[in-house]
Amino acid sequence: MTQTTEAPAPGITGRPDAGALAPRATTFAKALNAALADAMEVDASVLMFGEDVGPLGGVFRITDGLTARFGEERCFDTPLAEAGIMGMAVGMAMNGMKPVVEMQFDAFAYPAFEQVVSHVAKMPNRTKGKVRLPIVIRIPYAGGIGGVEHHCDSSEAYYAHTPGLTVLAPATVRDAYFMLREAIASPDPVVFLEPKKLYWSKEEVDLAELRRTFDDGQAPRRIGRAVVARPGTDATLISYGPSVPTALAAAAAAAEEGRSIEVIDLRSIVPFDDETVCASVRRTGRAVVVAEAPGFASVASEIVARVQERCFHSLAAPVLRVTGFDIPYPSPKLEHFYLPSVDRILDAVDSLQWEDGA
Amino acid sequence: MSTATNEGRGSLIGGVPGGTPSAAHALLPSAEPVQLVDPDGRSHSDQRYPLPDGGRLLGAYGRLITGRRINDQANALVRQGRLAVYPSSHGQEACQVAAAVVLGEEDWLFPTYRDTVAVITRGVDPLEVLTLLRGDWHAGYDPYEHRVATQATPLATQLLHAVGVAHAAKLRGESTVVLAMCGDGATSEGDFHEALNFAAVFHVPVVFFIQNNEFAISVPLKNQTVAPSLAHKAIGYGMPGERVDGNDLAALLAVLGAAVDRARDGGGPSLVEAHTYRMQAHTNADDATRYRSTDDVERWVPKDPIVRMRAYLRTLDLLTEEGEQSLADEADAVAATIRKGLNTEVQVNPAELFEYVYTEKTSQLREQAALLREELARDADADAAAASGAAGDSTEGDQR
Repeated sequence: MTQTTEAPAPGITGRPDAGALAPRATTFAKALNAALADAMEVDASVLMFGEDVGPLGGVFRITDGLTARFGEERCFDTPLAEAGIMGMAVGMAMNGMKPVVEMQFDAFAYPAFEQVVSHVAKMPNRTKGKVRLPIVIRIPYAGGIGGVEHHCDSSEAYYAHTPGLTVLAPATVRDAYFMLREAIASPDPVVFLEPKKLYWSKEEVDLAELRRTFDDGQAPRRIGRAVVARPGTDATLISYGPSVPTALAAAAAAAEEGRSIEVIDLRSIVPFDDETVCASVRRTGRAVVVAEAPGFASVASEIVARVQERCFHSLAAPVLRVTGFDIPYPSPKLEHFYLPSVDRILDAVDSLQWEDGA
Repeated sequence: MSTATNEGRGSLIGGVPGGTPSAAHALLPSAEPVQLVDPDGRSHSDQRYPLPDGGRLLGAYGRLITGRRINDQANALVRQGRLAVYPSSHGQEACQVAAAVVLGEEDWLFPTYRDTVAVITRGVDPLEVLTLLRGDWHAGYDPYEHRVATQATPLATQLLHAVGVAHAAKLRGESTVVLAMCGDGATSEGDFHEALNFAAVFHVPVVFFIQNNEFAISVPLKNQTVAPSLAHKAIGYGMPGERVDGNDLAALLAVLGAAVDRARDGGGPSLVEAHTYRMQAHTNADDATRYRSTDDVERWVPKDPIVRMRAYLRTLDLLTEEGEQSLADEADAVAATIRKGLNTEVQVNPAELFEYVYTEKTSQLREQAALLREELARDADADAAAASGAAGDSTEGDQR
């Protein structure tokens, strides 16, 4: 990596030493903040609004410094009303803007649901593509942070079930940056799920380098593209968003026991990358889907169905799921019983009929 | 109506709301709906809203005649099975025409499903407007061509889109005004509240136009609200509200025109409630006799918007027999175009269903499109085989 002479990313780098050397330990949250700032800088039609996203910088500080840098016309607080935020975003997108809205918490997004399902998702279709809605709906999402009720929902299935929406869930710092930039650049509406528990996760990255890569068109496409997060030969763990680090930890533990586990990070729930997922499962012959959401009628269910339909003759065992229980998200003291854990994943892997096959 | 009742009240002309009690008072609507031409065709002066000049009224009257003709023609086409359904604005045509003609080219109109006449008056091709109602899958017209949003079915949701369009225009320093329509029932929806509040907080140029036709399908207004009027709701958002006789074309042009001017001059949003009546059932699928009497409807017949405007224009000698005939001929021509267009079978293309869901088809949609394509090809083959079935039996022969 070379040193950069570019100005440091805004807001996030108020400290004099920031941005001077690269790469450096960067949080998931900071990467998202930099992605927003960079997108707003290169495209004047990008706007950021929602609840507490102005001077406060968002309750998770993802919009930190944006109002100060770009002015309150481009990053602003709205009245406390999610349907209003979403509906106004539709109109702004109809009229040439690229709104990025923050829903503050997963379960606080529900008042906006009608706007999302009946308009955001359908308007481009019912106008035969005349009206495009380049809206990004940012949702701090899922559990694992000791949050109280209504703050930890895994709501991806509602959106994934709605044709017309792109649904993304990054799991790494680099993906957080690139996927948010890609989402903002997309002509289609994107539900961008930000795993809250990963906000403080860190990677060594050079944000200026990431920006150059994206602005030069050198960042490989991530929408609709899953990635092999860890290669392996014996079984495949399929996960996305907050479950990816758990799946990787399970794979590392399994390696100590002599099993080579491949981990797929979907990144993009919709569009779904059948090709990458099925190529892996055909290689390994066994698969477990790991996701935090309640398992019944879930994205995990859909993945199992797709894999079974496409890879039946390669399978040595039924495709299993390790998901949340079919209960409302539990309280902080109980959430670890609910969340997919390394042990629960390893138990599932152990039950993949090893004695019958390989 | 007497101007005395308006003393101390504000109007949509000029004035930006402030925080003092008198400023707040100025946000309240008139005690009675503004009326400039009464049901007998007599004009009344109103010091706040000047009567539009004769030429303007005559032009709008022509649109009124065409609007009524469109409603009648569409109803007939439903009975003939050429339209799946038609929510008629019969009796509300003055609102429809005024909402369209007070806007300039740079402005936007946000209509509901009952506002077909307003959309056509704004200039959208009638056949394109009726696309959805005749059974095709898409909204029919390009919203950007005449700056008319698609007709909204989910109630009040479009009001927020109107706020967004106005907000974007304001950020770019454009002079666009947005007129957003809804009905009395829609004022109970949360999106109505959020739209008015957002518009007021961001001080954007939106005119909210409620056609209070007294019914939300079967439910009368008293079941929606006990507010003194729907226009009174405006003060809660810090914007002016006004009430207008919704069957008085002259008053509608004056009041809506003032609201549009106010918005364009940076005065912010306002709310206009038109008192009118849905003379026909909700749609042709509805049976209005189950919830209102013929007498109720009959009471509104003498208040018809066409009758009074014709009387007024005839009194002023602005409208002659020949003039009337020529307007009727114009309306007939529009109706004939609609009739002719809808009497040809709509050509639906199942392959299109996959084309616009995303800018680029997902692999799943490509697979599903291919599946449907194969099914259609198989059906076509089967039809062809059936057609030539009597002539040969080569298929059976091959199988043996």
